[in-house]
Amino acid sequence: MQTIHNQNAAVASCHNEVISVKHVSFAYEQKTVMENVSIGVKERDFIGLIGANGAGKSTLLRMIVGLLKPTAGEIRLFGQPVESFKDWDRIGYVPQKNSLNPQFPATVKEVVLSGLYGNKKLFRRISKADQTKANDALEAMGIADLSDKRIGRLSGGQQQRVFLARALINNPSLLILDEPTVGIDAETQESFFHMIKHMHQHHNMTFLMVSHDMEMIRGYLGHEPAAVSGKLNFYIRHSHDTQDCVESDLAHSLKGLREQMESGREVVSVGDRN
Amino acid sequence: MEIVTSEFFQRALIGGLLIGVTAPLMGFFLVLRRLSMIGDTLSHVAIAGVALGFLTGVYPIAMGLVFAIAASFAIEKLRKAYKTYAELSLAIMMAGGIGLASILFTSGESMMDVNSYLFGSIYTLSNGDLLTIGGVTAVVLIVIAVQSKELFLLTFDEDAAAVSGLPVRFYNVMISVLTALVISVAIKIVGALLVSALLTIPAACSLIIARSFKQSIVTVILIGELAVLAGLMIAGIWNLAPGGTIVLLLIAVLLLLLLLRRGLRLGG
Repeated sequence: MQTIHNQNAAVASCHNEVISVKHVSFAYEQKTVMENVSIGVKERDFIGLIGANGAGKSTLLRMIVGLLKPTAGEIRLFGQPVESFKDWDRIGYVPQKNSLNPQFPATVKEVVLSGLYGNKKLFRRISKADQTKANDALEAMGIADLSDKRIGRLSGGQQQRVFLARALINNPSLLILDEPTVGIDAETQESFFHMIKHMHQHHNMTFLMVSHDMEMIRGYLGHEPAAVSGKLNFYIRHSHDTQDCVESDLAHSLKGLREQMESGREVVSVGDRN
Repeated sequence: MEIVTSEFFQRALIGGLLIGVTAPLMGFFLVLRRLSMIGDTLSHVAIAGVALGFLTGVYPIAMGLVFAIAASFAIEKLRKAYKTYAELSLAIMMAGGIGLASILFTSGESMMDVNSYLFGSIYTLSNGDLLTIGGVTAVVLIVIAVQSKELFLLTFDEDAAAVSGLPVRFYNVMISVLTALVISVAIKIVGALLVSALLTIPAACSLIIARSFKQSIVTVILIGELAVLAGLMIAGIWNLAPGGTIVLLLIAVLLLLLLLRRGLRLGG
């Protein structure tokens, strides 16, 4: 039942605006951080937000997820004003790696499960279905074997996959990534981008990715920014228009992703640029 | 050995074992939120409350609790005033607490037993004290059992907690109030100067050996209980200060674990 409901919702909202930022300004202690920024993100777009340090990338991102209030302008998520937005489980958020404590005493599985905690009601316990979701997400990221390892024991690239699995556990329709490859070696970045691109091409998901260095993904997003607002550059790749907007349930999409990842592994290792 | 069978020793044992659960548990969350020093600060303010309680004839533990809660709110305010040097607020409050306590302890007719509140007086626990400690333990255990998922999210990723709609400020206040509760009842057991050890050292141990969040919670409680039980026995038999013995045992356990980690690779 749940799946059918989701599908209808997805078809109905296909190519609608997922994120709408209109004339947004932000000032911190009388200092203007950004002024009059507008950008719209359509369903299944892949947006790369590039700007130098201090350009306001993180500020914009934090406003989009409701952690900061704009001093002027309006932000909408899935058509609703962000202040009253409630469906946070539709959004997967991968924070900057260095904002999380890798020495935190938790296993990979516990971290991934915590993606579900925000919308768990009081007294609700982790169910069998939750465990399955976590296992599927770990499987899809190719890190099922690390499930019981303490998060601090993993390499930077592996940790990044854990945080991605955590963001994916709710089967979100929008994935927001904040500097996902900082502190990760070039080879691991390459395979990480391959995974992201693959998800964009084969799954009904919208992407917003923030980076100060997009060399790795330029080939995918084009070499000229589609929009410039202040010091922020927006690179956009629209979804394949031929593909229908049909959302599959989590188990299906993640399993499919896993299979495709495996068949594409050779491509990853030789370094697919596109 | 006959001390072990005496009534006051058994009361001490019960009180100690209850605090051996709650203090390490609250301390674990404080350490994860990088608030290790808050226990020390609150306990120093709480003894000022205890002193005032003696002067005015109000139940000292209750007065200590009021002071500790007030201090935890004041710390939140001060932290905002010195955003980038937030630990300064702890130093200020700690100094203020001790200053006030020293004045209160030395004023008034009868000199009360300062030592017993600085270093603990577990052998003087009354039945009323035990009831208070039992009540605090029940509250802490229930809240943590019901809120463990939220506390995980809050300590691991405060941003994600806020994004998913968790009232972060409410939880910060809740953690402070629970900590104040635990500290004000623990003062009588290990003393204001030693409370912090019971809050933080079990957490320090668990960070070395535990692999998961669940394991960590079990570990801090086991280490707290072990230290209290062994500490009271040793202190009772050799006539040592119970609070100090418990704390030194905790540090011994920590050192042992640190040494073991060098040999084995624990916590993988």
